[in-house]
Amino acid sequence: MTTSPGTTALAGRGAARFEARRNKRIKAADSAGWITYAVLGTVLALSAYPLYYSFLLGSSDARTIARNPVPSLIPQGNFITNATRVISSDIHFWQAVLNSVIVAVITSLSVVFFSTLAGYAFSKLRFRGRGPLLVFVVATMAVPVQLSVVPMFIVMSKLGWTGRLEAVIVPGLVTAFGVFWMTQYLETALPFELIESARVDGCSMIRTFWHIALPAARPAASMLGLFTFIGSWTSFFWPFIVLGSARPTLPVSIQLLQASYFKDYSLILAGVTLAALPLIVVFAFAGRQLVAGVMAGAVKG
Amino acid sequence: MSGHAVGERVEPERSALRQRLSALDTKISPYLYISPFFILFFLVGLFPLVYTFWVSMHNWNLIGGKGKFVGFDNYTHVLKQEQFWTGLRNTFSIFLLSGVTQTLAALILAALLNQNIRAKTFWRMGVLLPYVVAPVAVGVIFSKMFADQSGLINSLLGAIGIDPITWHASVLPSHIAIATMVNFRWTGYVTLIFLAAMQAIPREVYEAAMLDGASRMRQFVSITIPMLRPTIIFVIITATIGGLQIFDEPRVFDQTGQGGADRQWMTITMYIYELGWGSQKSFGRAAAVSWILFLIIILVGILNFLLTRRIASSDSRRSRKKAKA
Repeated sequence: MTTSPGTTALAGRGAARFEARRNKRIKAADSAGWITYAVLGTVLALSAYPLYYSFLLGSSDARTIARNPVPSLIPQGNFITNATRVISSDIHFWQAVLNSVIVAVITSLSVVFFSTLAGYAFSKLRFRGRGPLLVFVVATMAVPVQLSVVPMFIVMSKLGWTGRLEAVIVPGLVTAFGVFWMTQYLETALPFELIESARVDGCSMIRTFWHIALPAARPAASMLGLFTFIGSWTSFFWPFIVLGSARPTLPVSIQLLQASYFKDYSLILAGVTLAALPLIVVFAFAGRQLVAGVMAGAVKG
Repeated sequence: MSGHAVGERVEPERSALRQRLSALDTKISPYLYISPFFILFFLVGLFPLVYTFWVSMHNWNLIGGKGKFVGFDNYTHVLKQEQFWTGLRNTFSIFLLSGVTQTLAALILAALLNQNIRAKTFWRMGVLLPYVVAPVAVGVIFSKMFADQSGLINSLLGAIGIDPITWHASVLPSHIAIATMVNFRWTGYVTLIFLAAMQAIPREVYEAAMLDGASRMRQFVSITIPMLRPTIIFVIITATIGGLQIFDEPRVFDQTGQGGADRQWMTITMYIYELGWGSQKSFGRAAAVSWILFLIIILVGILNFLLTRRIASSDSRRSRKKAKA
């Protein structure tokens, strides 16, 4: 699965071995050989192909899909037609897009603000109980909140929030991960001297936060916002339960599409492609930051 | 958060008051800043967890609401259901298939990316791409690729002379298909986590090993893996918490979302959904299963922690200290 036998087939084993030895001598011992590129290339193809497959089938039609299980690598021309049918169908596509945007934007902004606020307090302010409280925050990350769907649903029904976006937005307004993330970042990124000088100049606590801490937190805050946005945009279980088909977000509408259009995969996958597109565009622009974000979170994790 | 601006721009003669307000500001502000998290956590984290236990002790209907107190009846009832055990088996099977493959694949990929390669950012972005696709979308796409009849995977297998596999109809194949979806979305993410940890390992350690004539494989096993111990534990614990609650991918593996005709890929979370929002509408039983799963997750988490510590701590404490720093 991983090997591309090019070198070996063309020039024989000896050549490959020679090449490897030469590489070793010329560069540092950790320089990569062709096997590495072959494996990475395969992995890249495997990560991209399912998305392209979705687009290929989404630009095809039911009959062609039934006839050719392996789609031709060149897309057919039906994508716009299929997409239009999906959009005008009874899954209320634009409504779902709007709902997803509202939920993702509000939760991202809120998570960033409250996490920065708490992270600032935990990393730079002295107060009683700071250590234990921070440990508590970290510990809550291990609580599987998904399991609380039953009581959450009961509460949301009592509030009259089932089928309303508040039910999805409010529980996600601030996260333990966000607080921890910002605490870690501000610990090193914000020097105490800056805060002290602002306080000496007579800034109140909240003004110090607003004018000193918030600007310093910007790089980590934007990453946190990005991850929260993705998390919100792709989340399914809770919106599926509490919103249902009455006011779906995009993932919920994908499921509705799959359930209502039964066998016509050209329509289903056109819808899936449409729903996946926004984040792929985001990825094209901010992929570099996402990579940096995952890697920055890991070292501390 | 209000009340902070009070101390500002007051007349000089009121500076005593101002000083007192400022002291109060200093004292109270930290608590105000962290309070949103704690309030929300108690409302949507801790309280529901306890309340779940309360609900599980009652006959509680989705529509009818709270009924009479029944003690542990809901627990004994669900533990006697064949579907509960099927769900548990499926959940663990899918979790192991995805967790083990993903961790191993990510370790190897990270080691490859940790070499001196061209276009680093390009490859890193490449492995992370699937992460931005929603699990439901992944589920729908892969359920078509893994179709029992005229599916892409079976056609490719047929081309190399392998008989078609009933990816949906059979137990293990359906688990493999769902584990593949999970791996598709998460392997790259975990790879980058491992890569970051690998880059934190000081180069001198490898140089010393190389002088001693250790092969690359030997270096990977004796240096990299032990040094990654905290990261591996972190990844495995996170994967456990998420993996045992899996819902999205199996839910859309077919149109009906029941987990197959014989419930061959119905997971525990799907069972919770079915108990609470399916035909039974029994919140009491759904809550009971939630609590059981909660305990299982904690147990497996602890077990994983102990196991990983045992396996990866063959090396000394010295390495642990360094890897943590």
